[in-house]
Amino acid sequence: MAEPVLEVDDLHVEFRTEEGTVNAVDGVGYKIAKGEVLAILGESGSGKTVHARAIMRILDSPPAHITAGQAKLHEVDVLALDEADMREVRGAKIAMLFQDPHSALDPVFTIGDQLHELLQARRGFSKREAKTMSIELLSRVGIASPEERLKAHPHELSGGIAQRVMVAMAIALEPEVLLADEPTSSLDVTVQAQVLDLLGSVVEETDMAMVLITHNLAVAVGLADRIAVMYAGRMAELGPAKDVYASPKHPYTAGLLRAIPDIDVREERLPGIKGAPPNMLRLPSGCAFHPRCPLADERCAQERPPFEEVVPGRWTACWHWDEVTR
Amino acid sequence: MSRPTSTVEGAAGLVDEVEQPTATLWSDVWRKLKKDNQFRVAVVMIAIFMGMAVAPQLFFTKSLDPAQCHLEDTLQGPSRAHWFGTDLLGCDYYTRVVYGTRTSMEVGLIVASLTMVIALTLGGAAGYFGGATDQVISRFADIFFCVPTLLGSILLLSLFNTGGVAIVALVLVFFGWPDMTRLVRSTVISGKRRGYVRSAETIGASGGRVLRRHVLPNGIAPVLVFTAYIVGGAVAGEASLTFLGVGLRLPAISWGLQIQIAQTRFTAAPYLLFFPSLFLCLFIGAFVLLGESIRDALDVKMVDG
Amino acid sequence: MSRRYLVRRLLLLIPVLLGVMLLVFGMVFLSPGDPISRLAGNKPLPASTVASIKASYHLDKPFVVQFLYYLKGVLHGDFGQTFTGRSVSDIVRERFPVTLKLAIGSFAIEIVLGLSLAIVAAMKRRTWIDSTILVTTLILWTIPTLVLAFVLQYIFGIKLHWFPVAGVTDGWMSYVLPCLTIGALSAASLGRLGRSAILDNMTGEHIRAANARGLPPRRVIGRHVLKNSLVPIVTIFGLDLAYLMAGAVLTETIFNLPGLGNALVTGIRTQNGPLVVGLVMLSSIFIVFSILAVDLLCARIDPRISYE
Repeated sequence: MAEPVLEVDDLHVEFRTEEGTVNAVDGVGYKIAKGEVLAILGESGSGKTVHARAIMRILDSPPAHITAGQAKLHEVDVLALDEADMREVRGAKIAMLFQDPHSALDPVFTIGDQLHELLQARRGFSKREAKTMSIELLSRVGIASPEERLKAHPHELSGGIAQRVMVAMAIALEPEVLLADEPTSSLDVTVQAQVLDLLGSVVEETDMAMVLITHNLAVAVGLADRIAVMYAGRMAELGPAKDVYASPKHPYTAGLLRAIPDIDVREERLPGIKGAPPNMLRLPSGCAFHPRCPLADERCAQERPPFEEVVPGRWTACWHWDEVTR
Repeated sequence: MSRPTSTVEGAAGLVDEVEQPTATLWSDVWRKLKKDNQFRVAVVMIAIFMGMAVAPQLFFTKSLDPAQCHLEDTLQGPSRAHWFGTDLLGCDYYTRVVYGTRTSMEVGLIVASLTMVIALTLGGAAGYFGGATDQVISRFADIFFCVPTLLGSILLLSLFNTGGVAIVALVLVFFGWPDMTRLVRSTVISGKRRGYVRSAETIGASGGRVLRRHVLPNGIAPVLVFTAYIVGGAVAGEASLTFLGVGLRLPAISWGLQIQIAQTRFTAAPYLLFFPSLFLCLFIGAFVLLGESIRDALDVKMVDG
Repeated sequence: MSRRYLVRRLLLLIPVLLGVMLLVFGMVFLSPGDPISRLAGNKPLPASTVASIKASYHLDKPFVVQFLYYLKGVLHGDFGQTFTGRSVSDIVRERFPVTLKLAIGSFAIEIVLGLSLAIVAAMKRRTWIDSTILVTTLILWTIPTLVLAFVLQYIFGIKLHWFPVAGVTDGWMSYVLPCLTIGALSAASLGRLGRSAILDNMTGEHIRAANARGLPPRRVIGRHVLKNSLVPIVTIFGLDLAYLMAGAVLTETIFNLPGLGNALVTGIRTQNGPLVVGLVMLSSIFIVFSILAVDLLCARIDPRISYE
């Protein structure tokens, strides 16, 4: 890979609660280059959202604590920056897109107010300059009659439009990295595709690196160059999207793929992954997935497999990676 | 060729997060409460007040006896013989203050229970059935809400020159019902939006049944907290009304009455005012603490109308 | 605010206002028995007074007509005649300034103290400052107006001689203790509820998103958190304003201030029914309009409220 824009290395985030400590993010690492889309796939509780918020350093602390790891933007570890410097990074170097645009936008201010504020506070724009820029941004994300929309409040907008506004705010300061946390999960299916297309074209135009967090396999495969799969706070697999899809090297990934209903094949039941998602307070010993894994053996229950590059470009954390079939 | 459509959750056998009902398991709640200091203090205090209300004699001693009235002992300050001093007639003041607990307890409990019944019925109906029922009930609530409880009670009580715990309690309920009713209504409405009501309805449970078995139990948390506050408010209300002369009259024993009588002798014998006031505050405080501890245990967010 | 919401809200005003007036009026004139003896209590009245009351309230006519006449009177500012011969409106005009001063003083205290407590407690959450504020406001909240008035009177008036305990003869000094009584109690409740509102908002997703854009904290809190917390705060404050009369009744009585609340109590003591009814009616009408004002203000602040 050419010099990575963002390099996450051995990130650990703990949640300390009354009932115990949860390792929400337990050793996550990856690199992402300019113009690349890396999808991070995982279910709720897998730690995908937490890791992104950790990088942005917007976790509520307590109860969350970043206990180890680095997140290097070019050569600078943003986790080690002081708050004032980090504030400079947020939005301008690394931006974040949130899942529900109606919660992420302030309901009592107009879209215009919120856009202007960003440009005025972070770039010193005057009111008029901010307005011009806002209109331009809204057009860029495909919003018709932008000048009208500036006067609207978030609840007056449909989900799709609102999310486009959020995209506009995210790219306003021309960041190098975009952490998109489930950007389409709260949208209607038809609108999802539009927003994903928008994100795709934004990445192409600006050469931004995008980390696309999602629980939807289709979204991942559709847009991503590479896919990473997370389970129980840990990395399970990482590799080029097409390869991971065609030949997964982790039983969890294989299970996910197997569960996709194939319209051409007649099946009695959808094969799910047996068992239940892990209780993060009491993770299984060894490999966190072993109780649900068809390939598990003694070693899996005892020793946690390391996340390593087993084949050039393919990373996985599984003792039996070479036995995994789709 | 099929489009991959599965979500990770679907494949993993997980249903997308269903919002959990607000009521955690009652055993968990009870456990939390037992450990909470606020709760313990509140319970102890309420137990003591209950005792004073039901069996005041338990709190008397040889010298602290209501029958011990000697005119020559009139208006003495607190002493070892008379903890709270004596009143105008030379009677022990401590015992009279203790006696006042019964009145407050009666008023508090009557108002709280009646208000709760009305609020659950009307608020529940308004929230659940919506439409015309909601409009009618809400308008009535709005109207009564605009007459402040204290003023309305003063008016009503001054027009009907009778006193008595029951009357005062009823009047307080007459003006106080909208507050909790609105709370129940909001709780029911936000409860309605959650999945479990729809699932119950799909099975064919009737409206009333769904209301009783599903919506109400989950919305009960803020109601409990509010009820505790109502006891406090009712007692304060009764004391104020009695103080102003429209509540209970002699020969009833009420802290409000004691405060009223003490007012004229404020500078000379401040203790006459102090002790009933103290009991009043402690009584209200006990129920407020109870409410707060329930709120903490159930992690209640009070839904505002 | 959408025009439809405004219109709808104003239209709603009318039935509620009528309902409130009907309620108050009905309490007196609709209940079983003779309204005159109810108004007069046990006091025997001269026949001429009885006759004039019968006439002014139109007691020989059916209830609905009585009410309509009364309504007409109110629209002209006439709230009836008291047994002492003066009109309720005259008494109101005379006593109003004192109560107004009480109101202004109390609200100043409530806003300044209450908001500061709310903001400080929210910002210093989980520190000893927050806990102290929580405990203090809880204690204050528990104490009824009745008790607090006497406590303040005793400590600061009688023992320390800092402030006068009765009357309005000492200029603004006379108002300190009474305003403190009402103001401290409402500040306690505003402080607590304001604190929760602010805390709730501080943990909202839009605040997280604002922080994620690198906006300075002063702006995030000063603009976003505050404006979002404003609706519950304005609501509470508005209701306190509306319920001022209730607090004034006790406070003016205990501190002997010649205001409207005191007039009400005097009315009770002298069994001057029409005065009591008039004052309660006036307060209730005032409350109806206050609630309207609060609703409209909140709709301005948070456009979601008026959104169809």
